[in-house]
This record gives sequence, C-alpha cells and structure tokens, in this order.
Amino acid sequence: MSKIQQAFQNGKAFIPFVTCGDPSLEVTEELVLAMAEAGADLVELGIPFSDPTAEGPVIQEANGRALAGGVTTDKIFRMVERIRRRSSIPLVFMTYANVIFSYGTERFAAAAAELGMDGLILPDVPYEEKEEFEVPFRNQGLDFISMIAPTSHQRIQQIAREAHGFLYCVSSLGVTGMRSRITTDVGEMVQLAKEASSIPCAVGFGISTPDQARQMARKADGVIVGSAIVRLCGQHGPDCVKPVADYVRQMKEAIR
Amino acid sequence: MSKGRFGIHGGQYMPETLMNAVIELEEAYNRYKENPDFQKELNQLLQDYAGRPSRLYYAGRMTEDLGGAKIYLKREDLNHTGAHKINNVLGQVLLAKRMGKTRVIAETGAGQHGVATATAAALMGMECEVFMGEEDTKRQALNVYRMRLLGAKVRPVSTGTGTLKDAVSETMREWTSRIEDTHYVLGSCMGPHPFPTIVRDFQSVISREIRDQLMEKEGKLPDAVLACVGGGSNAIGAFYHFIPYPQVQLIGCEAAGRGVDTPDTAATIATGRLGIFHGMKSYFCQDEYGQIAPVYSISAGLDYPGIGPEHAHLHDIGRAQYVAVTDDEAVEAFEYLARMEGIIPAIESAHAVAYARKLAPTMGRDQILVINLSGRGDKDCAAIARYRGEDLYE
Repeated sequence: MSKIQQAFQNGKAFIPFVTCGDPSLEVTEELVLAMAEAGADLVELGIPFSDPTAEGPVIQEANGRALAGGVTTDKIFRMVERIRRRSSIPLVFMTYANVIFSYGTERFAAAAAELGMDGLILPDVPYEEKEEFEVPFRNQGLDFISMIAPTSHQRIQQIAREAHGFLYCVSSLGVTGMRSRITTDVGEMVQLAKEASSIPCAVGFGISTPDQARQMARKADGVIVGSAIVRLCGQHGPDCVKPVADYVRQMKEAIR
Repeated sequence: MSKGRFGIHGGQYMPETLMNAVIELEEAYNRYKENPDFQKELNQLLQDYAGRPSRLYYAGRMTEDLGGAKIYLKREDLNHTGAHKINNVLGQVLLAKRMGKTRVIAETGAGQHGVATATAAALMGMECEVFMGEEDTKRQALNVYRMRLLGAKVRPVSTGTGTLKDAVSETMREWTSRIEDTHYVLGSCMGPHPFPTIVRDFQSVISREIRDQLMEKEGKLPDAVLACVGGGSNAIGAFYHFIPYPQVQLIGCEAAGRGVDTPDTAATIATGRLGIFHGMKSYFCQDEYGQIAPVYSISAGLDYPGIGPEHAHLHDIGRAQYVAVTDDEAVEAFEYLARMEGIIPAIESAHAVAYARKLAPTMGRDQILVINLSGRGDKDCAAIARYRGEDLYE
C-alpha cells in the first residue's frame, strides 16, 4: 500500500490544501506541522502559478501574494526538506502543468522523490494527457492523482481504473472556492468509481463547513479543503497557524 | 500522445470538468463541417452578412514607393465588424446553435473578437458575455460600448495583468461553471484541441480567396504572405492554403513591444520557451520557473504571452518564419499606410505592414507580396494619437 493510501486508514481522511509561501515559507512549514498535529491525514502543498485557471479568487490571490513574495519551486523544495526532518505525514504537490514541465518533468519527479514527496495533482492535466507526467513520477515511486468531475459521466470508470493514490472527486462545476450548497450527486460519482476500482475517493471543491464535510464524508473516503484554509491564511497572515490548526481539528472531528 | 497535435504542440491540457465539453465540440464539428446544410448557411452568412469575399487590393503607391515586390493587401478590414474575427465567429456561433447552446462567452483583447461575437450572438438570438481585461476596457472603451450596444454583457477582468491572457483564463473559468447551455467562442487558433483546428479551418477562407484572386489577377501564387501574430488566427488563415507550396514564403509578425531585448515585449517565438498553458503545449513567454510573463505590446490584440500550436510547429519545421516588430515600427507603418494608400490599418495589422516595408525593397519587381490586413484602425486612433503626445476625446 502506498503512503497516500495509508492516509485513508485512520477513519475518513481530512486533506487540507495550503499555498506554499502565503504568507511565507516559514509559516507554511509551521502550518503543515500544526495541521498534521491537528489530525490532517495528508497535506496538499500548492506550488503557486501565475495563472491558476482552475482556482477561484481566494486561491488566485494567495498565488499572487506568494509569487510577489519571491517564492520559487526550489525554495519550496528546501521547505519540504525541513518539514521532512520533523514529520512523515503524506504530502502531495498540487500545481499546474507548466510549473513541472518548465522545471523538467523528470528532473522535478526525481527531486520530489528525493524530498520524500508522495504524489502530484495537476488540475490542467486530464486523462488524455496524463502519461507525460504519470510515467516519470511513477518511475520515481510517486502517485499521479487523477480527477473526476460532475461532468465526467462515462469517463468516470475509465479514469478510476487507471487512478493511483486516491481519486480526487470534484464536487461541483466551476473553480475552487467556498460554496453555500453543493448540488451535485457526489454519492453517485463515487459509486461509479468504486464499481471500477477499489481506490480511495476524496471529495474537494466548495467544502468549508463541518456540516458539509460530514455530509461529503458519508459518501466518500475523504474530504479536501483548500479555499477555506487559504482564506484563514489571508486573514491572519503570519498568525494563521493557530486558527488553521483549530479549524483542521474541528473538521477532522466532524468526519471522524 | 493525445489528439490535436501539431508536431509536439497542441493537445488538451484542460480541467477534467471541461473534457466532455471539448469532446462534444469536436464531435459536433466533425459532423457539421461536411454537412451541406451547415456549409450553405455559413457561406450565405459569410457572403451576405460579413461581405465576403474580401477584396485583394493592389497597393500601387506603396509598391512604387518601396521599389521592390508588387504589394497586395487582403482587405479583411472591410469585413462586417472591421476585422477577420467575424469569419471564425460566424462559424462557431452557428455550430453552437446547432449543438443546442443558447449562450456564448468569449475573451477579447482589443475588442474585435468580442464585438464580432456580440454581433453574431445578436444575429442568431443568443445570450452573450464577453470577458475583457480591465486594462483593455480602458484602452478600447469604444469597443466596450459597441458590445453593450449589441446586447452583450462585458465583464472586466481585474486578475493578473488585466489583459488578454487574464481574459482567456477568466472565460475558461466561467465555462467550467456553466457548460450545459454555453459555448466558449475562442477567438484565436489556440487553446485545447479542437479549437486550434476549428479556428484555423474557419479562417482558412482568407488564404483560399488570396490564392483564387491572385491566380485571376496575376496567374500565379504569391512569393510571400505576411500577417501579424498574437495567438495567430489571421496568420494561420492567410497561410493555410499556401503551406503545401514551399515557394511561398510565410512570415508571421510578432509584437516586440519596446524591443525583444526588453521585458516589455510580447514576441513569443523570439523570447519564449516551450511550455503548457491555456490548454495547449506551445511556446510561451515565461520565467525560469514556468511562471507566465506579463507581456506588453501597444496592440491589445497581440498582447498575449503565447502562440497557437500550429504556428509553433510551422516554426519548428522551418515552414514559416516569425519576425518581431516594435511599437515604434508599427506606429510608423500605421501612419504610413494611412498616407500612402488612404487605408488606416488596425495597429495589429500595422505590424505586418511594418515588416513589409523592410522586405518588399529586397524582393524583385516581378515578385508578389501579400499583406493580410486583418482589421481596420478606427479603434486605435485615440491610442496612436496618445502615443504621439496628442490627447483625443474618444
């Protein structure tokens, strides 16, 4: 079993996302450790991109702040190195294809493996294009995480059959961000995926409250939360570690 | 490798949420492109509504002044709405209608594609929203009013640099949130497959007409075809039917802005690197970590950090050549064509005119050079006046 799949062994998994370098890499490092302590089962580390086309305003702005602060892929690697000395929590990078491609996909995959990363999520790389990224990462022992969306329909089972690590189930149409209601039949999406594969399914996009998390966790193996956490980072700046840790504890409690 | 490749370029680097939409679009396009009813309706619109075929005009004074190749201007500026954009838009909106869509969305830079989309939407009774960089809504206030007049909603985009690339990103985001009834009318030969192919096919009417018109006037093919390139839709349209004839030189003119050795440039082939963005693999202006560069050109329509994948391929195989033209050269060409031929070109098209002024004198008098005059320049008069230090009220 991969380290990512172990993240789903502790009840329903809670998977927080943070944008690296917002407000600073030092704070991101502390955030990751505090979230692990508070019950996070796996952490998504967002490498900022100048033009994040799948993100709503909250994460877009965090990307902008981080890049304006001088964050680069290499500086993020050094932060992961420091985290790894203190924690073995499963970690995946989430970024955009060009960040990896421009670094050199094979060079990036080797560096990520060396750092002890466990996987990669690229929202702009669908099933049809995944081989270019999946193969070099798999060769380094990292999982390339596949996504399914409310519009995937007949594609769900094909995607699930070839998925590794976990299957990222996008809960709603549109970009990332908090939503007051999620109207998609997430249960049906997960069920279709489960017919094709035993892969753990985690639901993300639009989830911010413990109630929403509880509802989603009933239908899936885990819950992913990004914008709600990134918003706390934006509000509290360098003092965000405690409020984020409290929030993570509350969310993990809700889905346990 | 995935579908829609031009050599190593192209592909479908899109969020999963949009994959079925682009697959559905590809299937519909393949179904209708050979459909006689669809073709008949489109051709009728191109003729009676857009005013095609556009003229191929012999620019006698310019030819004489430059003292080399015979210069012809392909007058896309005379199309309805004043640019080549209408060719693609009529095709795509007609296709969207056949697909049962009731709403179209589009990005726009200079506003020409937005105006064309708003026009076609009005004509075909569809709802229309156009995303435009906030910076560009200021540079092109008249076009914003024009779109609203045509019944479209204009959505200013303030994220990023507030220019064309941000308008594209925001239109993609909007499409992700509303797919069922909405078609994204992409304005250039870029983005994920099938857009680069669809846009090229709808624009290829330009090179087909140039070929036929020149055969009639001169009995031969041109020696060189010049067009400006941002994403590259007018250029791919002007090149396409000449690609199989290696004796026809194909030259794309990129916007160098303040110069390719300055950060204020949008010349992708000259300064970019291979990358993946906006659904495609191609060349992009970017930093060493793959962050997309904030590009600059005086021309809002060429102010884009990438280039369509088919152009990237034509560059790779050496079939087309891409040159960079500065703001200064483009503005001089804008003024030159106005005085020399009584034609005010779009500042985008003026980039091609500028390079023609360098190239024509090096060619023989028996040779033929065609400039694709992709749009008219009325929209640019205030900005060019400002460039020359004169403040005009629009």
